[in-house]
Amino acid sequence: MQHYTMNLTLKVWRQKNSKSQGAFETFQVKDISSEMSFLEMIDVLNEQLVSEGKEPIAFDHDCREGICGMCSMYINGRAHGPWHETTTCQLHMREYKNGDTIVIEPWRASAFPVIKDLAVDRTAFDRIIAAGGYISVNTGNAVDANCLPVEKQQADDAFAAATCIGCGACVAACPNASAMLFVSAKVSHLALLPQGEPERKKRVVNMISQMDTEGFGSCTNIGACEAECPKGISLENIARLNREYIGSMLSGSATGV
Amino acid sequence: MALNSKIPAGPLDSKWKNYKATCKLVNPANKRSLEVIVVGTGLAGASAAASLGEMGYKVKAFCFQDSPRRAHSIAAQGGINAAKNYQNDGDSTYRLFYDTIKGGDYRAREGNVHRLAEVSANIIDQCVAQGVPFAREYGGLLSNRSFGGTQVQRTFYAAGQTGQQLLIGAYQGLERQVAAGTVQMYSRHEMLEVVTIDGKARGIIARNLVTGELERHFGHAVLLCTGGYGNVFYLSTNAMGSNVTAAWKAHRKGAFFGNPCFTQIHPTCIPVTGDHQSKLTLMSESLRNDGRIWVPKAKGDNRKPTDIPEEERDYYLERRYPAFGNLVPRDVASRAAKERCDAGYGVGSSKMAVYLDFASAIERYGKVESNKQGKPNASKAEIIAMGKDVVKEKYGNLFDMYAKITGENPYEVPMRIYPAVHYTMGGLWVDYELMTTVPGLYALGEANFSDHGANRLGASALMQGLADGYFVIPYTIGNYLADDIRTKSIPTDHPAFVAAEKEVSERINRLMNIKGKQSVESFHKRLGKIMWDKCGMGRNEKGLKEAIEEIKALRKEFYADVRIPGEIIGFNPELDKAGRVADFLELGELMCIDALHRNESCGGHFREEYQEEDGEARRQDDKYMYVASWEFKGDSQYELHKESLDYEVVHPSTRSYK
Ligand SMILES: Cc1cc2nc3c(=O)[nH]c(=O)nc-3n(C[C@H](O)[C@H](O)[C@H](O)COP(=O)(O)OP(=O)(O)OC[C@H]3O[C@@H](n4cnc5c(N)ncnc54)[C@H](O)[C@@H]3O)c2cc1C
Ligand code: SF4
Ligand code: FES
Repeated sequence: MQHYTMNLTLKVWRQKNSKSQGAFETFQVKDISSEMSFLEMIDVLNEQLVSEGKEPIAFDHDCREGICGMCSMYINGRAHGPWHETTTCQLHMREYKNGDTIVIEPWRASAFPVIKDLAVDRTAFDRIIAAGGYISVNTGNAVDANCLPVEKQQADDAFAAATCIGCGACVAACPNASAMLFVSAKVSHLALLPQGEPERKKRVVNMISQMDTEGFGSCTNIGACEAECPKGISLENIARLNREYIGSMLSGSATGV
Repeated sequence: MALNSKIPAGPLDSKWKNYKATCKLVNPANKRSLEVIVVGTGLAGASAAASLGEMGYKVKAFCFQDSPRRAHSIAAQGGINAAKNYQNDGDSTYRLFYDTIKGGDYRAREGNVHRLAEVSANIIDQCVAQGVPFAREYGGLLSNRSFGGTQVQRTFYAAGQTGQQLLIGAYQGLERQVAAGTVQMYSRHEMLEVVTIDGKARGIIARNLVTGELERHFGHAVLLCTGGYGNVFYLSTNAMGSNVTAAWKAHRKGAFFGNPCFTQIHPTCIPVTGDHQSKLTLMSESLRNDGRIWVPKAKGDNRKPTDIPEEERDYYLERRYPAFGNLVPRDVASRAAKERCDAGYGVGSSKMAVYLDFASAIERYGKVESNKQGKPNASKAEIIAMGKDVVKEKYGNLFDMYAKITGENPYEVPMRIYPAVHYTMGGLWVDYELMTTVPGLYALGEANFSDHGANRLGASALMQGLADGYFVIPYTIGNYLADDIRTKSIPTDHPAFVAAEKEVSERINRLMNIKGKQSVESFHKRLGKIMWDKCGMGRNEKGLKEAIEEIKALRKEFYADVRIPGEIIGFNPELDKAGRVADFLELGELMCIDALHRNESCGGHFREEYQEEDGEARRQDDKYMYVASWEFKGDSQYELHKESLDYEVVHPSTRSYK
């Protein structure tokens, strides 16, 4: 692989806090190596800002290997940027060439208020999980793990749904800012396993109700969420969620906590 | 002060049973008025907070990320050990215990490690009940793989995302308690001080990272589940935010620090490419189940790896360690890679890398698969394609990660890998009950020093974190709190809280007022380089003495010239980072002091002066069979306390994987 360096123009969203109005600010960065990750490029910009005595750009990140779900940049109009099934932290600069302009924004959704610059508040997702995204088993209550065989395909499907990293790109990508893909991934993960069966009906109803309370938009089957999801969470999960929801409502056994 | 490890009396395999049968209990009504602070929501913290909440304690949990689900545990890849013996391959509690003691090069406590092996099986049961989707066989039962330093298959896994799945299980349990009102969650909060009253830990000072405000929180007991300190090396496989601050503040408040120099360098990570590098990425040890490690037999062989014929490759681990081959423990594999590269056989542009090759595994799996699918006459190309699918199912996410970072396709060309800092066996000294030397202050998970001796075996950190949180602390904390049921919650206007908050606030002001010229990041990088060069994979007296002086000088420069933009009030990640780097600048010195005092090689601690002729580590059991536990006595002043290790069951011998 040929390595090269590039100079770039960055238009970055700056916003002091949730109450203030934001605006784009333009920066130039030089000698960016094609081997850098996107966030390492932002590190270079931030070092430059610190050396000029200015405030660096605030952004969320932690693992930098695509698993914690913390990074969250909307790059040239796409959640997590141009690479398929890739988080912002895993995007690498070989995607870009000398002279490119890159526009970087935070996730935009009323349920995800901006904290500062590119960092947003995603605690709404935690509250949705708290509303029912679990199996009620106290420590020490469990039977032997191999007591209950789970068909391999079913286990694999549950795993695939469970790989959601809770990043919120699906919400950012959706014109309605709907959180359906996120919620459906959790509902599917637990509905596909026999252990999730006892709470299956009330789980889906309570999670959807919390999702609505948080102010996420409704799902109109656009599919932008699936296209931008870094973990390849599929729309089939939303279909399953809808079936689960209707099933619960029809059976009428779904209220309460 | 004499260290009392409080290991229960009696035969090894009944110590924990007896402890549980006789420890004090707290009745349900009293639990409701006892408050527990849990700092950290990784596997150790989330499992502890959820379990204590279920038991009825009033819990407050803290993490610095925006959600408890994002703790660094999420990144663990390969798996979690448990002595289930589902494979019928000779595993048992004793064998897991023995492997762990031996893997740790005889520098861990027998009592703790045996307990860990005993509860390991319950962990898997608990996780499966929570809905953790472990890998399964076609028959619907759980699947296992091998990890280094063992000859059985006892590792449970969920593709290359085991930590994620386990943490999400614990996180869901935690959120369930949040909904039930037993746990109050404080995310984007950083603990910056322990508050002690009458010698007992009674709370913390935390900073709200969004508003910048300091907060006081009371607890009858405080649990630090704050992870490891590998980031003292700047480059490591740890998440960017992982740090030592909580443990270090506790250390300065009286908690001893155990074996700080015991660091794990992981053999299979993606090599450094340049100065811009912000972190290193692990390629899970599980890859060594199937991947073969090699370098060219000829120095400076610049051919493409696929052009180098079989007989011109040196599979040096298989050559040197025929019994364990590619599955030797991490410390051994890392040193062997360094040895080959230092000797001039390294590959890639930097020559500081070795190959991890899947070609033969792909072919082997392809053949098995073609038979399974009833195509015994499949062509070579078909076999390779089927083999790639199998490898993809096992390791797909790791291969993708490699491809994204390097731009190369690891299904076609061997991966290039090199050792990197990964884990810290050292940590806060704790007794059998996981209590530090400060009464009421506990340390769980990677933050404590307890179970892995001088080298941790793969897939044992997840096991230990969950053992501590789900199955140990729920018992041991009761034994302490049972005597505290009459202690009313202490109002946070108590002078001890006021004084602690003042200390924190003064530290922050001091940092902000330096207004120097160099960035926090630049200091962190320089510290990391000193640590890696002089307290890394190979250490010697001269280098360590230099490192101590260099770190002191760097610390002085930091306090004279660091520049932290922004303000104290509001969201200011640069300020958060500055506080963490300030603590690393103290810890690094203690690590070097510890490494210098330990005149032997054991596990991950390799003192170049102490090696055999064939380069293997030379322990000095007569002099160093102890835990080095350091007491803070003032800046740059540490007093050593030794906890001697008495082996009643295992007979320490020279570790051999040949
Ligand atoms: C890439 C990678 C792969 C790994 N793979 C495996 C594996 O396959 N198997 C295995 O057994 N082990 C593995 N490990 C090791 C294992 O993941 C860790 O040792 C383990 O997860 C640590 O868990 P923990 O709960 O102790 O701490 P962490 O998960 O590190 O959690 C620390 C918590 O403390 C919080 N915190 C820290 N400081 C503060 C503070 N001052 N105030 C408030 N909160 C604070 C953080 O927010 C976080 O919630 C791996 C490690 C890495 C780096
Ligand atoms: S569904 Fe995908 S995009 Fe949405 S939170 Fe989960 S991983 Fe992120
Ligand atoms: S920083 Fe963790 S997913 Fe990007």
